[in-house]
Amino acid sequence: MRYVEEFRRRDLARKLAAAIAREADPARRYRLMEFCGGHTHAIFRYGVQDLMPPNVGFVHGPGCPVCVLPIARIDHAIRLLEQHPVILCSYGDMLRVPGSGRHSLLKAKAAGADVRMVYSTRDALNIARQNPQRQVVFFAIGFETTTPPTAVAIRQAREAGLRNFSVFCNHVLTPAAIHNILESPEVREMGTVSIDGFFGPSHVSAVIGSRPYEFFAEEFQRPVVIAGFEPLDVMQSALMLIRQLNEGRHEVENEYTRVVSRDGNLKAQALVAEVFELRRRFEWRGLGEVPYSALRIKRCYAEFDAERRFAVTLAPAAEVRGCECPRILRGVKKPVDCRLFGSVCTPDNPMGSCMVSSEGACAAYWSYGRFRQPAAGEESVA
Amino acid sequence: MNAEVKAFAQRLDLKRGRVDMSHGSGGRAMAQLVEQLFLRHFDNEWLRQANDQASFAVAAGRMVMSTDGHVISPLFFPGGDIGSLAVHGTINDVAMSGARPLFLSAGFIIEEGFPLADLERIVASMARAAREAGVPVATGDTKVVERGKGDGVFITTTGIGVVPPGVTISGELARPGDAILLSGNLGDHGVAIMSSRENLEFDTRIVSDSAALHGLVAAMVEAAPGIHCLRDPTRGGLATTLNELARQSRVGMRLQETAIPIDPAVSAASELLGLDPLYIANEGKLVCICAGEDAGRLLHVMRRHPLGRRAAIVGEVIDDPHALVQMETAFGGSRIVDWLSGEQLPRIC
Repeated sequence: MRYVEEFRRRDLARKLAAAIAREADPARRYRLMEFCGGHTHAIFRYGVQDLMPPNVGFVHGPGCPVCVLPIARIDHAIRLLEQHPVILCSYGDMLRVPGSGRHSLLKAKAAGADVRMVYSTRDALNIARQNPQRQVVFFAIGFETTTPPTAVAIRQAREAGLRNFSVFCNHVLTPAAIHNILESPEVREMGTVSIDGFFGPSHVSAVIGSRPYEFFAEEFQRPVVIAGFEPLDVMQSALMLIRQLNEGRHEVENEYTRVVSRDGNLKAQALVAEVFELRRRFEWRGLGEVPYSALRIKRCYAEFDAERRFAVTLAPAAEVRGCECPRILRGVKKPVDCRLFGSVCTPDNPMGSCMVSSEGACAAYWSYGRFRQPAAGEESVA
Repeated sequence: MNAEVKAFAQRLDLKRGRVDMSHGSGGRAMAQLVEQLFLRHFDNEWLRQANDQASFAVAAGRMVMSTDGHVISPLFFPGGDIGSLAVHGTINDVAMSGARPLFLSAGFIIEEGFPLADLERIVASMARAAREAGVPVATGDTKVVERGKGDGVFITTTGIGVVPPGVTISGELARPGDAILLSGNLGDHGVAIMSSRENLEFDTRIVSDSAALHGLVAAMVEAAPGIHCLRDPTRGGLATTLNELARQSRVGMRLQETAIPIDPAVSAASELLGLDPLYIANEGKLVCICAGEDAGRLLHVMRRHPLGRRAAIVGEVIDDPHALVQMETAFGGSRIVDWLSGEQLPRIC
């Protein structure tokens, strides 16, 4: 556990808390959005908000891959299972996400569909090798972090001549989403939400580097600090954001230097570029259609694209009425502002995607903080 | 019974043979399986009665009874197998009342095609666990289901025991001010199982903590007969067990994360797999809730027992109408330790 415990030390947390309390200007408020679900999870799991002064609050962003996947894509996967005798391989989180009519992959599995929970693309490839007479579809989701492994799986499938393996591609891009949030009328014009600064993604940035954030730090005049997922990383990054805001700077700074460089992982980027291309538009839960915000499989790898291989008839997707996931994902509302939260929507019985993944704002709020006295900074956020 | 052995034309092929439908049919093949495998390993005076039921005299007093189905996958794992687990699990459920376990029953549901060698390995391990615990398997049952309708073997065990006079241990007896004790490291069983799962293999020195806890319980009850609650944090881990007790007793609990013993290898594996050790299953640990003044004495007794060496006081019971389990994190913040929702891992016990 070396190299992990160091980033959870209580004595250092106290020192950082004291520095933040000292430097945060009591006359102003600091609303800091953590884009990634990983940060949301760390904030709740370690009780980071307790260590912040009342005028520093966290706004939970849309960076949970399960949460941003629109209902239509879940429906697509379920229909694919209903209309073709395939084995669908999925990461565990995906199984409980409700689609239209509160159907889910888990319910489809109980009804007889062949859904397998996997931990990696390698597991999915192995299932394809072990079942040569069956078609195996990998349900690919995630931001830039999980995209390279999917690219590797597709390349390996080609090299091995696997004709029964394909990918249902739902990979999405972080910079496009952050851009979209900053462009949204609530943030830009109406002023109902003010986001003063961003915690930049950690694992995503390991792949894409810190350079892609430079444009909107400048364009939208908001500081970005790329932060690791450990609680001390979050606190150190909060301090760096507060300093930038106090000094009127809006730069991209990198707190997570032990992993992230300015250019990122060039090898992984090259792999992704070989296999994937931009989709002209893609629907995000909460953000709507976002141009050039997702990837699809290139024509030269078309044989591994499940959307091309299997024709699926789809009905229009139906959102759950009253579910505030879309606004919660944009930071416009907090989980407790949703009238479904905790009444009919709980982690055991999720109505919306934010309640499914442990990285989802609603699930994190429910599991770790629902009865905590909200700090003043938090309260002011929504 | 030995005189009847010759009644079977061939010995059971315990090296290469497989269970087939005839082994569950009630005919000669089943009798042979029972005799040459189950009876041979479990051998005791109650089974030798060869009746449909075990017959025994019981002491006066309050009796407890508990049953537990075991469907674990994989069947063999570092530190145990489904057989030893089925014995320990039920003994522990009986012992958590403070009782001395007396007898077990065992029901086997075996899938057609299951290798007899594996079955013998499981039964031998079960018999060994029962012998070591001093709790005989007094009666049993065998069924065979068609291939594809089971998953190797499922074992259900039932146990009965007698509670010593003056001992009343129950989940609704926790009171504000009580201390919460834990008998040792969290998460060993769950991590050992995960490390041997087909699609997840990783190297770890962690083995399952599967063990029968009635000896430890007997020592504890002797030292402090007024213990309020005992429970073994199996499925759902410590978090789920404490939430159950908080709800039953209508109290809150406050844990100190730094006081909870966890092996560094379990912490590391949990990090890697994105799991929280508080929710990982244990099969040889217990949680004890007792009056504050008994805590020191109990901790001393627990630490002197081989199964309680790493025992610790991990928190206290508080007054809370929401019946929440909260934890002061090692980092210095606080969080709610909620019920497990969904499933952390498939079939670990």
